[in-house]
Amino acid sequence: MKLGIQINEGPYQHQASDTAYLFTKAALEKGHEIFRVFFYHDGVNNGTRLTTPPQDDRNIVARWSELAEKYNLDLVICVAAAQRRGIVDPDEKKRHGKDADNIAPGFRISGLGQLIEAGIQCDRLVVFGD
Amino acid sequence: MSEEMMEEGGVVKKFMYVNRKAPIGSIYALESLEVVLIGAAFEQDVCMVFLDDGIYQIVKGMDTNDVEMKNFSPTYRALEMYDVERLYVSKEAMEERGLTTDDLVVDVEVMDASQIADLMEEQDVILSF
Repeated sequence: MKLGIQINEGPYQHQASDTAYLFTKAALEKGHEIFRVFFYHDGVNNGTRLTTPPQDDRNIVARWSELAEKYNLDLVICVAAAQRRGIVDPDEKKRHGKDADNIAPGFRISGLGQLIEAGIQCDRLVVFGD
Repeated sequence: MSEEMMEEGGVVKKFMYVNRKAPIGSIYALESLEVVLIGAAFEQDVCMVFLDDGIYQIVKGMDTNDVEMKNFSPTYRALEMYDVERLYVSKEAMEERGLTTDDLVVDVEVMDASQIADLMEEQDVILSF
């Protein structure tokens, strides 16, 4: 089955990203296709490489990056939600004259059209959030 | 965006946007509206449902001056121009809050929970905010 994943909550604050990660990983291991993972609302905070959790805890951001590398996942962060919350890639840094970027490996920033496209293209769009 | 639209090849799915939260207090309502407006460009078969405190998103007289937040209430009246014309509200949510359709800024159809459940059953994609 071709699946789209939407994540609406930030890491650590809420379990949505953990559940989405475990679901996505399980689906991939069962041979399903993940068309795209779309991060919205505070979910965009799953894509900052500056996150530094305690060493005895899971690293939610790095975990997504590793999964993306292993399965060539398309991890998309909503640009409008990212701008509000300070998630910045090199293009956004340049466009808005910021002094840094913070996007984690394997993530990219794009528009809400990518979410709608996932809804159209996938057999199921699965939403994780509050 | 236009490239993506071309790629969809005329596929039209039933999209439902479910709004469950109050307009202010969290950003869900505002960012949900942004999805609906962007989504309109894809010319899908769209409807919106307002449940629970989500009803307050379309209640008349929203005034956000004192909390210094954006008042996006007028945007709901513009949805028609984006061909988002089917708006449903929960009968139970209206009654619990003492509201009638006269209190709302847009024309809606009132449905009870079982009718909304049937409508959800028909959808291809449900985005819940």
